[in-house]
Amino acid sequence: MSDTPAMPLIRARGLTKRFGTFTAVDSVDFDVERGESFGFLGPNGAGKTSTMRMIGAVSPITAGTLQVMGMDPATQGPLIRARLGVVPQQDTLDAELTVRENLVIYGRYFGMALAEIGRRADELLEFAQLSERAGDQVEPLSGGMKRRLTIARSLINEPELLLLDEPTTGLDPQARHLLWDRLYRLKQRGVTLVLTTHYMDEAEQLCDRLVVMDKARIVAEGSPRELIERYSTREVAELRFAPGVAEGLDGRLDGIAQRVEHLPDRVLLYADDGEAAASAVHQRGLKPETVLVRRSSLEDVFLRLTGRSLIE
Amino acid sequence: MIALPRTNSTAGRVFEHRFLQYRRTFRSSIFSSFLSPALFLTAMGLGLGSYVSTSAVQSLGGVSYLAFLAPGLLAATAMQSASFEATFPIIGGLVWNRIFHAMYATPISPRDIALGNLAWIAARLTFISTVFTLIIILFGAAESPLVVLAIPAAVLTGMAFAAPIAAFSATQRTPDRFSNIFRFGITPLFLFSGTFFPLSSLPTFLQPLAWLTPLYHGVALTRGLSLGTIVDDPGFALVHLIALIGFIAVGIWALLRTMERRLVRG
Repeated sequence: MSDTPAMPLIRARGLTKRFGTFTAVDSVDFDVERGESFGFLGPNGAGKTSTMRMIGAVSPITAGTLQVMGMDPATQGPLIRARLGVVPQQDTLDAELTVRENLVIYGRYFGMALAEIGRRADELLEFAQLSERAGDQVEPLSGGMKRRLTIARSLINEPELLLLDEPTTGLDPQARHLLWDRLYRLKQRGVTLVLTTHYMDEAEQLCDRLVVMDKARIVAEGSPRELIERYSTREVAELRFAPGVAEGLDGRLDGIAQRVEHLPDRVLLYADDGEAAASAVHQRGLKPETVLVRRSSLEDVFLRLTGRSLIE
Repeated sequence: MIALPRTNSTAGRVFEHRFLQYRRTFRSSIFSSFLSPALFLTAMGLGLGSYVSTSAVQSLGGVSYLAFLAPGLLAATAMQSASFEATFPIIGGLVWNRIFHAMYATPISPRDIALGNLAWIAARLTFISTVFTLIIILFGAAESPLVVLAIPAAVLTGMAFAAPIAAFSATQRTPDRFSNIFRFGITPLFLFSGTFFPLSSLPTFLQPLAWLTPLYHGVALTRGLSLGTIVDDPGFALVHLIALIGFIAVGIWALLRTMERRLVRG
């Protein structure tokens, strides 16, 4: 069986993963088209990593069907893995080897010739902005550099599909932006990206389309824009009150916004005009300590869909 | 720099990785491979051996204590090196740097990772045992040219430990239990499997126990080959050989299962 242009790169129907009695992924359906950037957004434990490992042909599916590049992971695992790039959640670099050696030996796992690996490694070191560190040991590299090396390593076999499991978790903002820039370039070159994240900004930056996962299930699907339009308002006014005040607000905010969300530390007013909602609060004689009007984000979508915030 | 050996077999690529790692430390490692047997044979064989009385020498089969001890130490050294290589590097690849997980994300399978690592251990043991055997010959402690066959016998002895221990290591999340392997397994075997004195010196009830340990069979083989006494009873030698191969076969079977289960689980 080979993949035809009409066929999605990944197709899952009723995809399920159970570990004993625990259901990690509960009958999910999704398609990933060639060339798109597709995200799984959800909190820790939502089933994102389990889904990624099934796509990566390292974890057998329990039920349902899964096709990756037209192949069946159960019987064609090594063939699928030969055409994939994988960036795991935890770094799996060999700290005893140099930056360049990590790329070289990884190329050998794919059976590539050393001359070809050498050419490719130079390009990738350039791409990952690690050329100056090529001969250095991996251990002293910063978290961001290790992440970039892991991404460079995953590209050694020129994969059609790149799987990234929480690519920027634990990195500082500058390192994250650099990484996003590199991933954006890959996307422009036509590499299909599939990533998991629990960061809204990452999903908004990188994903053409995403599914929101919660408790092993997919609860919504669409582009970031579509999801925000469907499940939230254009703007949000975030109000913080002095301790104790928020509890006594019962009903006093009714009608100001399309929806009011009470969080432990703040109150969110969902309205298409956030400024208008905020001034209406003041007109009612309420005195929030701070008011922040911002655009709706995927965080608000997640809150709406699950009643909880993404990062607990 | 030594060139990277290349292979088209997927397990061979796992071997390449171990080789690349080893390149960093091979100089110091080669040095200790020569030094440690020379020191042991000098201290135990020549030093301690000079106190072994002539009457005792009769019970050793009429050879010097050095000639008796050297092939036993060869087998015991293979056991120790193999046990070390089958514990820390395995848990390292699974837990510490997770390199085995990185390999499994490529066309490499858990089976390749298991077999590639065993092949690497076998290569290391071949090197260590060859050096040890050279030292035995240099010390004049070999009584027969068959001593060259003590090299593969020592490798088999080491592998009879490496395969089952690696199978155990692949189930562990911390190295905590490794010290028990060494404390209650490797060290007592080193002392009581006929390396330093004939098994007949042990209480009778303990002697059958020795048959259950790979080192006893390994020492019987390496000693029989080094002293040349193996030709007196080739049938017995065959039994020892089959015992070692049995330990290896069961160990490989177990390792393939534990490695697969571990990597699939994540």
